[in-house]
Amino acid sequence: MKRSVALSFYSIGIALYCLVPFLWFVLTSLKSSAELTAIPPELIPSFHWGFYQSALQNYGLLHYVVNSAIVAGATALITVAIGSLAAYAIARFQLTWTNFYLLLLLVVSMFPQIAIAGPVWTILDRLQWLNTYQGLVAAYIALSLPLAIWILATFFAEVPREIEEAALIDGCSRLQALYKVVLPLAAPGILTAGLLVFIHAWNEFFFALIIMTDPTVQTLPVGIALFPGEYTMPWGEIAAASTIATIPLVVLTLIFQRGIVRGLSAGAVKG
Amino acid sequence: MKNSQRLALFFLLPSFFFVALFSIFPIVESFRLSFYRMILTLPWLGQRMVGWENYRDLLTDPVALASIRTTVIFIAVTIPLELLFGLGIALVLNEMFRGRGLLRAVVLIPWAIPTVVASQMWRFIFNDRYGLVNFALFGADTSSYLAPLAHPYFALAAIIIAEIWKTTPFAALIILAGLQSIPDDLYEAASVDGATPWQKFRHVTLPLLTPALLLALLFRTIDALRVFDLVFVMTQGGPADATNVLQFYGYKKTFAEGMIGYGSAIAVTVFFMSLVLALAYLRAFKTTRLQGQTP
Repeated sequence: MKRSVALSFYSIGIALYCLVPFLWFVLTSLKSSAELTAIPPELIPSFHWGFYQSALQNYGLLHYVVNSAIVAGATALITVAIGSLAAYAIARFQLTWTNFYLLLLLVVSMFPQIAIAGPVWTILDRLQWLNTYQGLVAAYIALSLPLAIWILATFFAEVPREIEEAALIDGCSRLQALYKVVLPLAAPGILTAGLLVFIHAWNEFFFALIIMTDPTVQTLPVGIALFPGEYTMPWGEIAAASTIATIPLVVLTLIFQRGIVRGLSAGAVKG
Repeated sequence: MKNSQRLALFFLLPSFFFVALFSIFPIVESFRLSFYRMILTLPWLGQRMVGWENYRDLLTDPVALASIRTTVIFIAVTIPLELLFGLGIALVLNEMFRGRGLLRAVVLIPWAIPTVVASQMWRFIFNDRYGLVNFALFGADTSSYLAPLAHPYFALAAIIIAEIWKTTPFAALIILAGLQSIPDDLYEAASVDGATPWQKFRHVTLPLLTPALLLALLFRTIDALRVFDLVFVMTQGGPADATNVLQFYGYKKTFAEGMIGYGSAIAVTVFFMSLVLALAYLRAFKTTRLQGQTP
């Protein structure tokens, strides 16, 4: 009995720690201007949608959402496609140099962004890909591939070899065996990898900031970080935009939490 | 045999193309540029080889040295606290109780929130006029409200708090995976021998958890070395460079001031700091494995 009391006590503490700061921001977004500046602060907002309206109309919030969806979606799809090929080769052939490649990817994933940012900017500049979706997506693919390949290789290694060999005997080519047999069996892993890449791309700020200087192509994090306002910050609008940027991720995380936890620990613990 | 080699190469090539073009080539290029003087705002200077001059400048640049110190302080404070809180959360999540699945989902929320959003959120909480922190400290007495983000020590403390809040869940998940890999019969054997809960934790959990803790330490440290979003949004490196961490300083030099050569020298410095840390941890990781502490 005592143990369960202690556990509920700790659980509530942890839940408050994780939820309260963000809930406060969500509540702020639902206030009216008067409630926002009130002291003592209003705990319960009047569910005023004014800040959302203003964020949409005056700050072009929808535009940033669309840009983020395009960039993160394209990044996730292409990364998973390219990453699956590599992860399949690593999991199936297990050659000395494919294992070495896996190690190389681990090292690359530890590079600080600033250590590659300048030259990445120059390459995209030469290609005239600055301020384009394909420019940011190309950089994101490169940054996401290490994590995606680590996760996918873990999942592919679990697909029994025999099933695939049966397909090869039945006359499938390696590529056909991959697409028709291995991929469907590894679907949960692919979904997890795609989801993690999507979340990373949706949240990424540093490269989005240096590559997208034109507001029409900027993603949500850049829009939220560079919210215009010199002396009085439009806190209500910032809170509204932040809530909109976060809700899809929280929903995805809650739905796929099992897979995400597994994917994160697969990417980490295998090191 | 030959066939599978070729096939593997063919399958790896597309991924290698991206990684080579956008990670490996840039790092090599950053090394090269760090030996050149090149300033975008003064294009007529061109690109001049200057040897180690950028690095010599770095060692005499008070802002750069302060920036290295700030980064080290940031890491030295955040990482132990993250691991401690992460361990606490993981120990709770490792118990069997109703609502455990829900709690695990809730713990993921700070991790899932975009860092820029978390930064604005904490900036609002520390706000000098409507911030919750001020209200908690001074109530309705607005005349004594502080501006923590404009104060050199409090600004760094605020960023450290925001970082710990945001990244503790990740540490907790890695530690939880480590906890779950400890076989139950070890605890049962300890119970048979009459071990107290603390003795079980000290002599069973902790030794077997060392690899997971080291791994969390490695990933979190390398990530903390790249802190940028929080600084950019909350303080812009200020006040008076008090929160000017290395990655932000490198960004400012390269992209705001166009000092490509000097910025690259900062970039290479950050790179070597993470390389040294990574190698040190990997070594420690190997040693604990060799001592046979993983079952």
